[in-house]
Amino acid sequence: MKPINEMKLCFESRSCNESFARSAVAAFVAVLDPNVEELSDIKTAVSEAVTNCIVHGYKNDIGTVYIHVKIFEGALVRILIKDRGCGIADIKKAMEPLFTTCETGERAGLGFSIMDSFMDKMKVRSKPGKGTCVTLEKSIVSKGK
Amino acid sequence: MPVEIDIGEKSVTAYISGEIDHHNAGEMRTRIDEAVEYSYPEVLVLDFGGVTFMDSSGIGLVMGRFRLMKNLCGKVIIENAPRAIKKVMRMAGIEKMLSAENKKEGSLL
Repeated sequence: MKPINEMKLCFESRSCNESFARSAVAAFVAVLDPNVEELSDIKTAVSEAVTNCIVHGYKNDIGTVYIHVKIFEGALVRILIKDRGCGIADIKKAMEPLFTTCETGERAGLGFSIMDSFMDKMKVRSKPGKGTCVTLEKSIVSKGK
Repeated sequence: MPVEIDIGEKSVTAYISGEIDHHNAGEMRTRIDEAVEYSYPEVLVLDFGGVTFMDSSGIGLVMGRFRLMKNLCGKVIIENAPRAIKKVMRMAGIEKMLSAENKKEGSLL
């Protein structure tokens, strides 16, 4: 299936870019006239994925985060968020609610749970040493209502 | 300032505003913890009235403050959370951690 519109972004994995990333994706999908809740769901899911790239993928080193958004017929949005960081050895474990590798105690371990429940579909592909790619999908059904 | 602090006789109220993400949460945490460690309150009120966006970093912020107040034998009350923020909190099961007062007043859900 060919997208009817798409955009690509790449930016440095600095935490100040988390806000930029979710706002840019929200601005791009705004043409589909989503309601406040749909837009907020997408922003939250993108924020989780991008934060994962920064905190876990690159472990606060500076790398590049890639975002590719495609819009398909029927207001279907597919968002790919990718890093070339350390990758995830055990994806199943990483997706468990409340599981986190963060030792400071200030990360909730809910990133994947939130992406999964706020979007229609979520897929994670990862190779240790190569990086991680998260695919998120959502249909915009509200037409602003 | 993303966090305005109001220190009362037995309570500390933190009025949080703007976006809570991984980038901002650290500074918010420092502001709140400084006030708590300064005045050892019985109650910490986290007021989310001015929050326009929150991801799981906000959940980390709340859970960390729950732990801090538990260590001081105090409690946390969450107030004025907008709808989108409540949705994230509900998903994280935060309401299970709330004190009885908070549930009674129905300030979260």
